[in-house]
Amino acid sequence: MTATGIGAPVRRKEDQRFVTGQGRYVDDFNRPGQAYAYFLRSPHAHATIRSIDTGPAAIMPGVIAIFTGDDLAADKIGGLICGWMIHSKDGSPMKAGPHPALAQGKVRYVGDHVAVVIAETLAQAKDAAEAIVVDYDMLPAIADTAQATKASVQVHEVSPDNTVFNWHLGNKDETEAAFARAKHVTTIDLVNNRLVPNALEPRAAVGEYDPGTDNYTLYTTSQNPHVARLVLSAFIGVAPEHKLRVIAPDVGGGFGSKIFIYAEETVCVWAAKKVKRPVKWTSDRSEAFLSDAHGRDHVTHAEMATDENGKIIGLRVHTIANLGAYLSTFSSSVPTYLYAPLLSGQYDIPAIYCEVDGVYTNTAPVDAYRGAGRPEATFVVERLVEKAARELGQDPAEFRRKNYITQFPHATPVIMTYDTGDYAASLDKALELADYKNFQQRKQDSALRGKLRGIGFSSYIEACGIAPSQAVGSLGAGVGLWESAEVRVNPTGSVEVLTGSHSHGQGHETTFAQLVSDRLGIPIDQVSIVHGDTDKVQFGMGTYGSRSGAVGMSAIAKAIDKVIAKGKKVAAHVLEASEGDIEFKDGRFGVAGTDRSLAFGEVALQAYIAHKFSGQDLEPGLKEGAFYDPTNFTFPAGVHICEVEIDPDTGVTKIERWTAVDDFGVIINPMIVEGQVHGGIAQGVGQALLEGAVYDQSGQLITASFNDYCMPRAIDLPSFQVGMTVTPCPSNPLGIKGCGEAGAIAAPPAVINAITDALGHEDIAMPATPQAVWRAAQKANMPMAAE
Amino acid sequence: MYAFEYHRPTSVKEAASLAGQAEDMKFLAGGHTLLPTMKLRLAGPANLIDLGQIAELRGIERAGDALTIGAMMKHGEVANSAEVKQAVPALAEMAELIGDPHVRNRGTIGGSIANNDPSADYPAACLALNATIVTNQRKIAADDFFQGIFTTALEEGEIITHVSFPIPSQAAYAKFRNPASRYALVGVFVAKHADGVRVAVTGAGSNGVFRVQEMEQALSANFTPDALNGIVVAEDEMNSDIHADAAYRAHLVGVMARRAVEAATRA
Ligand SMILES: Cc1cc2nc3c(=O)[nH]c(=O)nc-3n(C[C@H](O)[C@H](O)[C@H](O)COP(=O)(O)OP(=O)(O)OC[C@H]3O[C@@H](n4cnc5c(N)ncnc54)[C@H](O)[C@@H]3O)c2cc1C
Repeated sequence: MTATGIGAPVRRKEDQRFVTGQGRYVDDFNRPGQAYAYFLRSPHAHATIRSIDTGPAAIMPGVIAIFTGDDLAADKIGGLICGWMIHSKDGSPMKAGPHPALAQGKVRYVGDHVAVVIAETLAQAKDAAEAIVVDYDMLPAIADTAQATKASVQVHEVSPDNTVFNWHLGNKDETEAAFARAKHVTTIDLVNNRLVPNALEPRAAVGEYDPGTDNYTLYTTSQNPHVARLVLSAFIGVAPEHKLRVIAPDVGGGFGSKIFIYAEETVCVWAAKKVKRPVKWTSDRSEAFLSDAHGRDHVTHAEMATDENGKIIGLRVHTIANLGAYLSTFSSSVPTYLYAPLLSGQYDIPAIYCEVDGVYTNTAPVDAYRGAGRPEATFVVERLVEKAARELGQDPAEFRRKNYITQFPHATPVIMTYDTGDYAASLDKALELADYKNFQQRKQDSALRGKLRGIGFSSYIEACGIAPSQAVGSLGAGVGLWESAEVRVNPTGSVEVLTGSHSHGQGHETTFAQLVSDRLGIPIDQVSIVHGDTDKVQFGMGTYGSRSGAVGMSAIAKAIDKVIAKGKKVAAHVLEASEGDIEFKDGRFGVAGTDRSLAFGEVALQAYIAHKFSGQDLEPGLKEGAFYDPTNFTFPAGVHICEVEIDPDTGVTKIERWTAVDDFGVIINPMIVEGQVHGGIAQGVGQALLEGAVYDQSGQLITASFNDYCMPRAIDLPSFQVGMTVTPCPSNPLGIKGCGEAGAIAAPPAVINAITDALGHEDIAMPATPQAVWRAAQKANMPMAAE
Repeated sequence: MYAFEYHRPTSVKEAASLAGQAEDMKFLAGGHTLLPTMKLRLAGPANLIDLGQIAELRGIERAGDALTIGAMMKHGEVANSAEVKQAVPALAEMAELIGDPHVRNRGTIGGSIANNDPSADYPAACLALNATIVTNQRKIAADDFFQGIFTTALEEGEIITHVSFPIPSQAAYAKFRNPASRYALVGVFVAKHADGVRVAVTGAGSNGVFRVQEMEQALSANFTPDALNGIVVAEDEMNSDIHADAAYRAHLVGVMARRAVEAATRA
């Protein structure tokens, strides 16, 4: 390992600009003549729009234009799309209601887009928006996930009972049979709470139109600018693909919420041409709460069957997934193919059957949020496993061990084939780091102080490195999920890597450069990573699903191999040797068995000056591209152990210890990976203890600001014990599995398992706030009813 | 934010006269309540009178048995003041529990009291310490000053200049934070004075900060945690929201009162 190669804890190159305030985010881009957009949003969860009178607003100071859904329709601008087709059990396609960028006739959630005002200043746009008169005919609303299909409210005409799909996966008959012969059945009812993503940087967009060239430019907070361009051009139709440039510059966090193509950027590009001015929109935090796609929101009933030996023989799950008022870009895939295929967890479960009912409600759209489906699956499996162990009187660690998959590859009953792993190794290491053997002593010490101590496990698995294109295509995806890379070597030997991945906090400028440095033997500061601009990078699928290492870097590795192959040809000419005799090692091209060699930079120069070979023999230049399509998902897995102490007087849960042992395959930069683990755990703890989006019965968002929506803070978290085990991923050239979501997937059940252990009963929902825990502790103390 | 006229007087007199002339005006102190509401367009005063340049509104002074704090003193200044720590350490500790460093470096005691947010900390301190709120027009006892949520005895245009605290023999504040906002979900300030114990509760009451007579009597007779045994506050006078319902708040009043007495008697 070199100081900057694979495996080195290199400090992040990009942090210099971020921590000195030199980052360039969308809102930092101001274009000449720029005007400001402000969206008038629905204050009602559900209403028919009788009329919109923009007359008085239009003549207010600074107003350039006001547009409504009718204007978009007149220009034949299409609606927003959902790019993953899910079919119901009966074979019928999911019921996708229309999703106009600006409402047409109806609003379906608080925050829905009613009109846009474009003005010289933002304040003028807001003033005018207040003067728009909208005549609403209020309709009853439904916000409750479990009640959605029973309500008399109808969110979309296409779906009279608010069902989007009734989907299933697995083998029903085999699962029924397993339950029929079970010795014991463990049952659980769970709510996976709805979350607001809350990236540090709110969403923003600047649309620009050049009438001279007929070119459009969109600066946008996107995790996948090429996908945004494709959707905006091919589906929504705001501009032809080759005429639209999408730039996603520095982006301050996404967690999934910036994958999607939203109304605001659509309107900014379109309106820029209408008003012949660049148009900027920057979300404020209040808008973000209302209109960023939310995450999770499942209601689940699940059962686990075990045999007389304590082996799990069957799993049966029924989930209602709230998709909100409209189907967001990838929403339909999250509670289906990103969820049910993970229900086998790390366990050898012969029969699994899962049914998912996707439902519409009068709430913000719900889509992928860090982990996307996999945290929901892990919560179901790990809560059930913990509860089953308790009911069977077994140690939760040993119950898990007994049921672990140990032979690979392993095909689960829910379409996944796990390639490799060593789950017991992670468990052993975690038990040791967590000092499990002395837990009972610590529990007694806590009891002496009047406190309740509990320990909780989470043996999670996820499928990432998303994803083999053919496989996802067969499951309904509208796109392939390969990645592209181009490695441009300059005559001076420095290298630019153009990648279709997009960094919004992950540190690609460092880790990708480490790969190049490692493979080409050049210093890391000779490498720059270019991303986030469709005019520079030819195409790419973007960053989500922990895919940038496993898929994005694999594409870079492939392109580097081609560069080396071409370099050998150049070196052969220069060194007057045969190509087959050229070896590339430690950054030098040499003739095998001799001391004749050329540095990488010398070969690069020779490739460009092209004096030593003829154009007929070899093309000048040194630049190669590659597309990498994975052959399987990757399967990071690990064991997290959470230890809590509860103050029964107040219900406050304090996390005393956290142990995380993860197997991410080969690690490029352990410091960055640890950072990802820390952040993931923080988000998972946030979900378990603090966060929860609450709508009232009328569909108003109660938790619409940080005053009421509780984000995790440093003080809520202990110092983490992070350990690693490594089984390299066999399906990609780098052996990488991915680490971006692990913490958020592992953490919620670890916390809740610890709390329920401390309480001595299972009755606590997320978020386990002090009030909820206090009440649950009261219940635990309740004396048995008198005989 | 709506447009407004900005005024920056340098004396209380000038501020009062500006207030008398200006229609639809608000005083601006630390701005940590007023400015967010203006940004959200929930408030739109035509005139903003900034008290930040008025030297008379600053300072912390101990004279005899009283500690006097200027209205424009920031929470951080109170928390770190040697005089406060020496005279009423519980008050410095309370100020240290407000919000986060940004808030403590902007928010002021005068602004907090004038605002009388039902979950703010200072109202409990003022009530338990039997403070006197001094304005440019009169002196108001804390018992008369706080009149229900966001409501005080202040008249239109009246300026708080100082707050004067009698120095107790023992005192402590126990705060249970709202997990999201970090304001008090329940905060209990207990103070032992020569003429008895005062117990004030913020965050919990549906009508804002209040005193608990039963606890005061018990603690005046016997200033120990056990004196509180069996005393419960009525649920039906408690606030209820998504963070805490009335029953939980009522319970926490008991827990926090006990913790405050424990801290006061430990010190
Ligand atoms: C994120 C955050 C967290 C917070 N957490 C807490 C907390 O934990 N506990 C807590 O107690 N508070 C908390 N606060 C409130 C904060 O500490 C201030 O006390 C509060 O905002 C009011 O003080 P200010 O100086 O900012 O007043 P301003 O916002 O400037 O004014 C508030 C009101 O008081 C009036 N006013 C101000 N000064 C005077 C005066 N001298 N005479 C007459 N009227 C006056 C103003 O006209 C206005 O109506 C928090 C605030 C924020 C933003």
